[in-house]
Amino acid sequence: MTHTINLTVNGQKYTRTVEPRMLLSDFLRHELGLTGTHVGCEHGVCGACTIMFDGESARSCLTFAVQADGHEITTVEGLATDKDNLHPLQQSFWEAHGLQCGYCTPGILMTMIPFLKQNPNPTEDEIRHALSGNLCRCTGYQHIVDAVKLAAEKMR
Amino acid sequence: MKPAPFEYHSPSSIEEILTLKSQYGDDAKFLAGGQSLVPAMNFRIVQPSVLIDLNRVSDLSFIREDGNVIRVGSMARERHLEFDASIEKRTPLLHEAVPSIAHPQIRNRGTIGGSIVNADPAAELPVLMIALNARLKAKNKSAERWLDAKDFFAGMFTTALESDEALVEIELPFAEPRTGWSFMEVAPRSGDYAMMGVATSVTLDENGKCKSAKLVYLNAGDGPVDAVEAAQSLVGEMLNDTLIESAALHASEKEITPFGNIHASAEFQRHLAKTLTMKTLKIAAERATKEN
Ligand SMILES: Cc1cc2nc3c(=O)[nH]c(=O)nc-3n(C[C@H](O)[C@H](O)[C@H](O)COP(=O)(O)OP(=O)(O)OC[C@H]3O[C@@H](n4cnc5c(N)ncnc54)[C@H](O)[C@@H]3O)c2cc1C
Ligand code: FES
Ligand code: FES
Repeated sequence: MTHTINLTVNGQKYTRTVEPRMLLSDFLRHELGLTGTHVGCEHGVCGACTIMFDGESARSCLTFAVQADGHEITTVEGLATDKDNLHPLQQSFWEAHGLQCGYCTPGILMTMIPFLKQNPNPTEDEIRHALSGNLCRCTGYQHIVDAVKLAAEKMR
Repeated sequence: MKPAPFEYHSPSSIEEILTLKSQYGDDAKFLAGGQSLVPAMNFRIVQPSVLIDLNRVSDLSFIREDGNVIRVGSMARERHLEFDASIEKRTPLLHEAVPSIAHPQIRNRGTIGGSIVNADPAAELPVLMIALNARLKAKNKSAERWLDAKDFFAGMFTTALESDEALVEIELPFAEPRTGWSFMEVAPRSGDYAMMGVATSVTLDENGKCKSAKLVYLNAGDGPVDAVEAAQSLVGEMLNDTLIESAALHASEKEITPFGNIHASAEFQRHLAKTLTMKTLKIAAERATKEN
């Protein structure tokens, strides 16, 4: 049995018909073509698929698309208006070398946006705690922490 | 990794979810935060044929004070427990422990009811329910009953709930006067399931002697482990280092039964239990004295 859902993604309204077992991560990638949301583990551990669900960070691999009916989703594609106007957090990741391969980056950005909103002046400890749910296999995290600090300065 | 097909229902009232559950019984599972159920479905470890989503039942997500207890709806998110002012003031042990549950993104979705019913021996909330003397309300289509937390957990991932029942409410008594608390765990990485953890609470009488104590452990057996003998050994006494050490030794050697895993041998888990018990008891005793 399929369900018709109405949801908002990055400010745009969509109506789609989905099977209940379709994960929100697959829905975003395969149905809407928003492949910025990455899929690493599909069991909640790696954080690559993190999106914002009604403004709060959440795993899109642990949510069914049908549950997003009536809700507002933000993905990494919703951050910048175009490539010359990056979000200050994206700009900081660029400037502070907060990424190498970039696989983990969308999930980290979507975790840090609500974090910085709630903690505009975070300590390094708080940043590291907030990052604990996102695995990065390249950077060793130091540059990610630096990028978040830089972003906090830019966004204050 | 994709879940097997299932039929999906998302009603908005408690009545409707219970009617559906009585209709489908064990074939149906409730979907709360999905932070334990969906990974298991993605792996196809569980393949429920029906999911009853609780996320649209607004009557299940309250946190409110009522006389000398806090009432929490089973769909209250772990994130809401973390920032709730009543919980911070009335049940400071719970307030202290919640940030140790998983990562912020998981706590945004994960619920108190889901974690309790999941009954993972390594989870924090089942341990806290026993440490706080919580009562849990189970409900089916036609009746409801209250269970003490200590009677709710029935072993590894198993509870006293019947197949037609939902957990709907959690009742947390306010901490008594002169109560001190401490929660500590050791995990490989912040947010991971811990290798060992303990929720400790001590209440003193007017003379500063221990009136009651609780020591409850996670990842120390096939459910939350309530070290009643070690706790009892403190009652009626002035808490000092010698007494604390012997209680810690008794709990860690005689009362817990850790299995060991890839992160920690059983022996190391016992070592952690002893160290954490001593640390938390000292902090709890100090806080109880200050609460005087
Ligand atoms: C990466 C990761 C790390 C984690 N780390 C930790 C950790 O360190 N500590 C920890 O404790 N947890 C951890 N968790 C689990 C997390 O806390 C879960 O949120 C919690 O265990 C389950 O809550 P849920 O609301 O998501 O329940 P769900 O996953 O939706 O449900 C869990 C089970 O309970 C049943 N259920 C749910 N609600 C009810 C109800 N009201 N009545 C009857 N049955 C019900 C469901 O049918 C299902 O069987 C982690 C999860 C992930 C993905
Ligand atoms: S893909 Fe969702 S957490 Fe790894
Ligand atoms: S930059 Fe490669 S995984 Fe983080």
